[in-house]
Formats: sequence, structure tokens, C-alpha cells
Amino acid sequence: MAAPAASAIDLSRALVLAPPPVADWLVILPVAWCLLSGAVLLMLRKDVRLQPPLAIAALSVLLLLDALLLWRVVEGGPVTMVMGRWLPPFGIAFTVDLAGALFALFSAIVALAGGLYAAESIDASGRRYGFYPFLLLLMAGVSGAFLTGDIFNLYVWFEVLLISSFGLLVLGSEPKQIDGAIKYAFLNLVATTLFLIAVGYLYGLFGTLNMADIAVKAAERRPGLPLMTLAVLFVLAFGMKAAAFPVNFWLPASYHTPRIVVSALFAGLLTKVGIYALIRVMVMLFPVEGDALSFLIAVAAAATMIFGALGAIGQSDTRRLLGYLVISGIGVMLAGVAVGGPGGIGGALFYALHSMVVMTALYMATGIAGRLCGVFDLNRAGGLYGRAAFFSALSLVLFLSVSGMPPFSGFWPKVMVAKAAIDIGAWWLAATVLATGFLTMIAVGRVWALAYWRPEKTASEPAPRASAMLSLSALVALTVAIGLYPDPLLQQIQAAASLLAEPSAYVNSVFPQGAR
Amino acid sequence: MEVPFALLIGIFFAAAVYLMLSKFLVRILLGVAILGNAVNLLLFTTGRIVREVPPIIPAGADHQVAVTANPLPQALILTAIVISFSFFAFLLVLSYRAFQDLGTDNANEMRVAEPATDPAPPTGY
Repeated sequence: MAAPAASAIDLSRALVLAPPPVADWLVILPVAWCLLSGAVLLMLRKDVRLQPPLAIAALSVLLLLDALLLWRVVEGGPVTMVMGRWLPPFGIAFTVDLAGALFALFSAIVALAGGLYAAESIDASGRRYGFYPFLLLLMAGVSGAFLTGDIFNLYVWFEVLLISSFGLLVLGSEPKQIDGAIKYAFLNLVATTLFLIAVGYLYGLFGTLNMADIAVKAAERRPGLPLMTLAVLFVLAFGMKAAAFPVNFWLPASYHTPRIVVSALFAGLLTKVGIYALIRVMVMLFPVEGDALSFLIAVAAAATMIFGALGAIGQSDTRRLLGYLVISGIGVMLAGVAVGGPGGIGGALFYALHSMVVMTALYMATGIAGRLCGVFDLNRAGGLYGRAAFFSALSLVLFLSVSGMPPFSGFWPKVMVAKAAIDIGAWWLAATVLATGFLTMIAVGRVWALAYWRPEKTASEPAPRASAMLSLSALVALTVAIGLYPDPLLQQIQAAASLLAEPSAYVNSVFPQGAR
Repeated sequence: MEVPFALLIGIFFAAAVYLMLSKFLVRILLGVAILGNAVNLLLFTTGRIVREVPPIIPAGADHQVAVTANPLPQALILTAIVISFSFFAFLLVLSYRAFQDLGTDNANEMRVAEPATDPAPPTGY
């Protein structure tokens, strides 16, 4: 049969006919690059000496791509690209606004630092097992989640990063890891399934999966739609991914079990994807329901902060202590989300970026400390300050930064969240943020007093590895730089927060003519 | 047709939640499998259920004339089936491995990562 004459069909009603500007390819390149280099590393996984340099080069390119993408978004506003040239909302859209670009850039920094740290700490069998391919595929999932503009696509990227994280988590196959992985895998699978249920209902209600389209349609058709049910499902699913209080027990059960660099990457990347998705959905898509649920989120936030900080005080294993500190940080971000407004959302975004850098660096510092002491147990560790003074100074900076002391990067977002909470009259939430900082100070201060200042008890004497010290120093330099000169980052974060609350620029980038 | 499907999905969810509340990994695994199928059925139902009418726009018309099922949720299910199947396979192997290494399939007895007798941190030097 002859095809109908092509001239009779007006393709411009279905397809984007103009080729996208070259700079717009930056939207898709971070994901495509991670998938490509992950596949190449997978093919070369027997070549254990080639793996680290190739992976570090690939992650450096990813960092460069994300930096260029952020520059493009800062200069020209949100950028959209659709797959297969189908006009949105029919084609899967990748839409990058400031928040997504900032998160992508910081995740690339964390991944590069992790790749560098792993160069000497993951041995040949770990490399043969596929540490680096898993890392690159994890980054594909994380970048995709930050850059996509389609909610079902977001679900797919969640699963990509989840399955890669399973691979990283069981790397080494010790009984302890299997135990942690069981709890991590089952509970995270339930969380993403809840997310999928919410997506199914969302499609049933709106007939679209494009986030810009949903934002507009939700605003137009709000009365009579059961959006509250949807919003609660999303809060539960993303709260579980982010490890918010009543649904967070998978995190302390698993984060201390894998190789320390894997814990560092997880602490920097995974829970923050949950927070990012929560902000994206509750602030941009369903702002009215987000406001209605803000008291619930605030209570969960306060409980998460206190639970995390008290849990950290009760631990004698420094790795488990850090797992609880990840949770208390999530509480601060949730407090920002609950308070809302430019200060609250900006504070949550800022705290997430700070936490990505500092929690990763803290796990790395703990890894180095564990190597120097031979143990992670606070009852037996000691004498680090006398043995490695520079490393101890770096650790002290991180301890102060995670507690929110000036002049490091943890101070400013906590000020933003606490001030925004006081401004709307939620003094108890602000007080919880400050009390959490105090309790965190006690937990990390005790690590400092016992593992660093206490006179030597153990007698192992290896030097810190050069690559580990390099990546730790780079992350510490970043937290100091952000703490001393937060202005450029702060401006972008405030712009990102207002763009999330008022997504007209985001919608215009997806539907340029205003026609839908 | 949607109402019986809604009831069926409800039964699926109830069975899945009941099984996942168990402490034995095999039952939790079955619960996860049923949960995945419940969600797939839910997605399927959101796309409208009708007799087999192809979703093809006839010549001369510019929109759908007959009432047809929406093909997009079916595409979503295909994705979700692949994902939930691969996760189920991974969890199956992980659970078997846990049974081999930890010697139990009772989640309450899996205390290797979080020992019940963990020492408290010291209060002084």
C-alpha cells in the first residue's frame, strides 16, 4: 500500500520541526553521557587498572556538562527538549530549571569526589564486580531524576538509581551487607511502588504526565478533583525515599554496611533525590495541597530532626552515627518545605546542596579515620589528632559545618529555615532546628573528643591514602568557600525557589507559544 | 467494567499488604509480587476498559470516533512490568542469599547489621 502523500500532512501540529539549538543538547547530555560511559566501563570491567582513570575522566566530563548546563539555565532561563521531537505534552520532555541544574551540578561534584576516593579504596575484586559501572549508572539515574520534566520518566529514573544502588550496596557480599540490603531493597521498592500508584492516579485525573502541563491543569481544574489523596501519596512515597521520620528505618539499617565510599555516595545523592522530588511535586505541581499538608510535614520534620540527632548521640559506631545525621539533615529540609515561601523553600534547597557535600565528606573522613585507627568503634578509637593533624583539621571543619556553625556552609541554610519559620509564627519549628544543631554538636563533639583528642589506644599506623585526602580536601574547601562567600549561590537558590513557586517560566519553556 | 476491576485491585492490595506485614522473607516476596501486579492492574484500569476496539482514527476524521481504550497506560504498564519483574528477580536472589549467609528467613532475627547488644558510646576517657 502506498503511504499517503507526505505533503498533505501538517507535521508541525505534532512535531517540533526546527532543530534545537546546539546549547539545548546540554539538557540530555549528562544522562546520555552517564549511560554511554557506564556501558563502556561495563564492557571493560575485567581491565581493573583502566577502570579508575576512565571513570574519573567520565565523571569530570559529567561535572563539566552539568556546569555548562547550569550556566545555560542561569543565562537563558529553563530549557526544554522533547524526545523524538514530539510536541509536549505527548513527547517525553526533559526540562531543566535552576533547581534541577543546581542539584545536578552538586551531584556531579559528589560523584567525582566519590570516584576519586574509590580509586585507591575499592580493590581489584570490587572493580571487577563493577563498582564504577554501577556508579556511572547511578549517576544516570540521579541526573535523569533532576533533569526530567515528565513524572513517569521521573519514576523510571528512580528505578534506575535504585537498581544501581542495590549493586553498590551488596558490593563485597558480607553477611552484614546482605542484612542491610534486604531492608533497604524491600522498603525502597515499596516506596517507589507508592510513587507509581500516585502516578497512575495522576494520569487518570489529568490525562497527561508532563509536569508543566500538570501544573497548569491542576491550577485550572482544582475544584472537585481528589488532589489531596494524590498529594498524600506523593508525600508518603517521597518521604520514604528521603527517610522522613516514621518511614526512615531502612536508612540506619543499611547505610553503615557497604564500603565507606558507597555510603558516602548514598548519603550525598539518594535521600536528596527524594527531597528534590518532594519539592518539585508539592511546591510546583500541587501548591495548594502542599500548603494544606504543611502542618503534617512540619510535625514529621520536627520528629525527623530530633530522632536523627538523638539516634546519633546513642551510637558508638561512627558510621552508624553518620546515618542518623543524614536523617536529622533531612528533617531540616522538610522543615523548609513545610514553612514554604522563598525563605523556606530556598533554605530547603540550600540545605540539601550543603548536605550533599558535607555528608559525603563526613563519610569519607570517617573512612580515613577508620583506616588510621583500625576501628570505627568510639570505645576503642583514639589519637587521631596526634597522628594526622591536617586530616583532623579537615574533620573539625566538617563537624562544625554539619552542626550549622558559622562560617561554614551549614550555617546559612539553617538561618534561612529558622528565620522563615519564625516569620510565619512557627517558633516551635525554629526552636527544633536550633535544638537539633545543638544535639548534633554534642554527637560530633564527642567523636572529636574521643577519636581525635583522646590519647592513643590503638597501634595501627597506615598513612591516609592520597586520593582519599584529595577528594576530602576538595569537598571541605567547597563547604568553607560556600560558608565564607555564599552570595552567588544564595542568589541562584532564591531565584530557583521563586521559579518553583511561580513556574510560568518553566511552563513557557515547555509550551513556547502558550498553545496547549 | 471499571468497578469489578477496582474491587479486584482492592483485593490485590489487601493481600499484598497482609503478606508484606509478615516477618518471613518468602511471604514478603509474594506480597511484593502481588503489589506489583496490583499497581499494574490499577494503571491498566486508568486507561478505560472497553471491548477490543483499535485506537485508530478513521480516514477523514481528525479525532477518535469510537470509544477506545487509552493505549498510553498500557505502555506505562509494559515499563512497570519490566521494572517490577527485574526487581523481583533481584529480591529473590537477595533473599536466597540472605537465607544462605544469615541462616534465617525471619526478618526479626536478622540482627547482623544492627546487633541488639551494641555497646553504648563511652561517657568519658
